[in-house]
Amino acid sequence: MSSAINNQVNLLLNGDRAALARVLTEVENDTPTGRHALDVLFAQTGRAHVLGVTGAPGTGKSSLVNQLAYLYRHPAGSEPAQRVAIIAVDPSSPFSGGAILGDRIRMRDLAGDPGVFIRSMASRGAMGGLAHKTLEFAQVFDAAGFDVVIVETVGAGQAEVEIASLAHTVLVVETPGLGDDIQAIKAGILEIADILVVNKADLPGAEKAVHALRAMLELARPGCMYAGEHVLGTSIEPAIANQQNGWSVPVVPAIAVQPGGTEQLFQEVQKHLDYLRVSGEWQLREQDRLQRMLFETVRDTLEARWRVIVPEQKLQHVLEDVKKRHLSIHEAVQILLPNETKL
Amino acid sequence: MERKIRVLIAKPGLDGHDRGAKVVARALRDAGMEVIYTGLRQTAEMIADAALQEDVDAVGLSILSGAHMSLVPRVLELLRQNGQETVPVFVGGIIPEADAKKLLETGVCAVYGPGAPTSKTIEDIRQAVEGKACPAQ
Repeated sequence: MSSAINNQVNLLLNGDRAALARVLTEVENDTPTGRHALDVLFAQTGRAHVLGVTGAPGTGKSSLVNQLAYLYRHPAGSEPAQRVAIIAVDPSSPFSGGAILGDRIRMRDLAGDPGVFIRSMASRGAMGGLAHKTLEFAQVFDAAGFDVVIVETVGAGQAEVEIASLAHTVLVVETPGLGDDIQAIKAGILEIADILVVNKADLPGAEKAVHALRAMLELARPGCMYAGEHVLGTSIEPAIANQQNGWSVPVVPAIAVQPGGTEQLFQEVQKHLDYLRVSGEWQLREQDRLQRMLFETVRDTLEARWRVIVPEQKLQHVLEDVKKRHLSIHEAVQILLPNETKL
Repeated sequence: MERKIRVLIAKPGLDGHDRGAKVVARALRDAGMEVIYTGLRQTAEMIADAALQEDVDAVGLSILSGAHMSLVPRVLELLRQNGQETVPVFVGGIIPEADAKKLLETGVCAVYGPGAPTSKTIEDIRQAVEGKACPAQ
């Protein structure tokens, strides 16, 4: 089996799309084969620019991804075309476990292009807007030599911020009419944006939405705004630096279904990539991500080992006591996992 | 963990009637399958390309335009070229009986006409993916 998977991995590294698709399936199903493939591929990762696209359902994420990927494939001037992988996550039903993955519908402009690979993914019960194996998918595409990996999250509400730990650049997509300025200062999804997009900017209310979001960003650094307006006497920059030093989160209007409607956004994405490279933020995010992966894997491994050594009868007994409220959760853990436990 | 069945549901050709495809997609979803829905007006090349990238276990084609005798064999041929000849292909739509027979001979797993119960389709797909056998005709 090991030689079969090594063969698949070699084919994948040589650009074989069928092998790539099959390795992704193994990874998604968390098979021993899939894990082995990830081990082999890991050394080749760390090069691709991972772009996250998130926002509420129906804001036009898939259409934007379609346009951005198209611009990567057909760059202006003498720039070389980049190879683009797209991971499109849609929700699984909490009842049947099934899913309708419909993001490809908006990506037909990319059909037949050998420099583009689109893979749909069901969230399979994972919270946070991604699937359990989305990060691993990004690694496989990275190793397979894709220059850009675009991750489209599940249509997200306010708290689906997992994408921030995966992507180098996070686009949060809003549309006109999604709420007043209090919505804009709530914590959560807007905070993780590196670029804020107001899509469907041809609709009424677009300007108001752009202003509300800019005002929200300014509130984050009120001193800066004050100095800009009154002391220096200059007009303030439309985008004010947020908590990350040196990067001003821009608010970019876009019309994903109109030719040229995403060019400004595309340029902002390029600017953010330059910023990541120059500022050292790229390395910081990379380190952050790897540390998180390591810690998560350690936690999962410890839990699996603990499940093996804890006697089932004892576990049931303690669980019964917890149900009767004779033991608190922490007391139960003390019994099931005493300090001297060797894992 | 139970392995999820992934199915591509596609509408090749130029007719715009996608209600049937949506009903089937929804039924498969409720049966716990992951359905990749491509939308309207797909070429055979687009469908085969999507089937490859998504590494699906089965392909469902919905055709109401009458062009099934040219579209379906083309999809089968492209799947074969991509090394996906073992992926079962199901066809639904307005297909005359004589054509249905020919399609089955060229390698289609099953053909469904109007009024076919979705429970039958679900069962057939499960059988074909897990048991590697198409329903007896």
